[in-house]
Amino acid sequence: MIKKVTTHLSQNEALLFERSSPGKKAYQLPELDVPAVDAAVALGAENVRQEIEGFPEISEVEAIRHFTRLSTWNYAIDYGMYPLGSCTMKYNPRINEVVARTEGLAWAHPYQPESLSQGCMQVMESLEAALAEICGMDAVTLQPAAGAHGELTGILLIRALLEKRGNPRQKILIPDSAHGTNPASAAIAGYAVESIKSSETGGVDLSALEQLVTGDVAALMVTNPNTLGVFENNIVRVAEILHKKGAMLYMDGANMNALVGIARPGDFGVDVMHLNLHKTFSTPHGGGGPGAGPVAVKKVLEPFLPTPRLKRAGKKLAFDYKRKHSIGRVKAYYGNFGVLVRALAYIQAHGGPGLRNATMDAVLNAVYIRKALEPYYDLPYQSPNMHEVVFSDSRQAKLGVRTGDIAKRLIDYGFHPYTVSFPMIVHGALMIEPTETEGKLEIDSFIDAMISIAHEIETDPRMVKNAPYNTRTSRVDEVTAARKPVLRWKPA
Amino acid sequence: MYPDNFRYTKEHEWVLADGDAGTIGITDHAQQELGDIVYVDLPKVGTRIEAGKSLGSVESVKAVSDIYAPVNGEITEINESLADAPEKLNTDPHGAAWLVKIRLSNPEEIQHLMSAADYLSYVGAEK
Repeated sequence: MIKKVTTHLSQNEALLFERSSPGKKAYQLPELDVPAVDAAVALGAENVRQEIEGFPEISEVEAIRHFTRLSTWNYAIDYGMYPLGSCTMKYNPRINEVVARTEGLAWAHPYQPESLSQGCMQVMESLEAALAEICGMDAVTLQPAAGAHGELTGILLIRALLEKRGNPRQKILIPDSAHGTNPASAAIAGYAVESIKSSETGGVDLSALEQLVTGDVAALMVTNPNTLGVFENNIVRVAEILHKKGAMLYMDGANMNALVGIARPGDFGVDVMHLNLHKTFSTPHGGGGPGAGPVAVKKVLEPFLPTPRLKRAGKKLAFDYKRKHSIGRVKAYYGNFGVLVRALAYIQAHGGPGLRNATMDAVLNAVYIRKALEPYYDLPYQSPNMHEVVFSDSRQAKLGVRTGDIAKRLIDYGFHPYTVSFPMIVHGALMIEPTETEGKLEIDSFIDAMISIAHEIETDPRMVKNAPYNTRTSRVDEVTAARKPVLRWKPA
Repeated sequence: MYPDNFRYTKEHEWVLADGDAGTIGITDHAQQELGDIVYVDLPKVGTRIEAGKSLGSVESVKAVSDIYAPVNGEITEINESLADAPEKLNTDPHGAAWLVKIRLSNPEEIQHLMSAADYLSYVGAEK
């Protein structure tokens, strides 16, 4: 039975272009208190235009209603559980927002002199230190804008180090359970990618790895815990095998929510890794971000980090641009600064013990869901899971209902879907990550919904296959949308 | 279901050879697994293909998957009709929805690929 939600009226809303009528405006400027300047004289007539063609003109109340109405069509972590596996959709504490709106931080300009930016630079210094400690690494760059950007930066660092040693090598090894961005990042950094098959327990097969690591291999990119939520028990051995052959161990930190405060990648042999501040460290996520993908490295890679680097001279912080081994900038300015502030607020509000608790709660929640749903959904890998759990749809598929159908029915129950059909090593995957955010009430209500759907599939699979029913729009025709995409709005 | 005169790969391609002239496609099992196919990316005529390496890709609503060359050779023709009608891959993967025609570098190579019976049991085991 659906308990969490009920249907209610929601407003229809046109596009701004359709609402537009000439002369309307949503702003009021004060009267000029300086002499008026003719823009055509000041800038040259050829640089001044009278109007922007097709630019919508609407009133303030229309603008407000437009975005408010659209926002009610959405689902958000502030409505309820968002179990989108691998994405770590945790609550964004409001204290982060308060701190990020501090006047001196919110209004800082990247071009203001260093002497006036000391506070901002201290935020960055503190965050670099905190992340290095959490990861057990020696140095951190905050520049990369998100996870995949961090991966690319990390692989470029490895390439720079190996080049300096005389041979950048040719290949990067990646387990078949990896996020799709891993092979993409390796390829963009100029490496060939070789896929490693997962073992029966979902981990890296050591004997296969030993054979694959040759003098051609620059690095292994591993996610730990992996995309099944299973900790790579042999990780120390994996690192040894690589290091013996002069190769590096890259860790995708997408799943750090299972490790923070408990285990440090630097301690188990990782040479370079990225973090997703928008996942693990509670900065807003989805809806366009922006994200942040800091990269943490061991000392040996530190000389190659992007410029500028923060440098402390006594009480003063400065940016150091003169680093001859650096791979150079990977982003304009200093990373997504507003995100960095929020992450530091989260870390400092929790403190060490608080972060450790968050990790344990995240794991506890996922294990609780696993135990509750195991009688109803097939669990293809039996190894103990950490912060997320991956089921397969094999039982339901026999009645013609696939993971995507179950996900769409879950929408009717008032939850955001879990991650569908990933990781690829699980046929018809349902990947569920509750995060530490959820209390027992919300999780129980999610479990009830999943069990109820399992029963519905047994009695009326056709109904589930056509879900959702309670949404603004019925099931979207994804096939036609992909085959005959309409990419541009045109006036009627 | 799986024609006896085709040879099959573990990556679910088929090849039909007549001397050094070959035709390559994906299997019915592959199209089932992919689901509704929405786009097919094929190489240009004249491209050299290498056994085991990607020669193009198939995109479904679920995923983009590489098509691996079953044998070495050179592309002599591509199935232009798939550009406008990729859905043909879902309905006739062993017939009208062939992907490319090739000239095999070494026609003997197809002997290393699976027979229809072997492929059928391979697909059965994978399930």
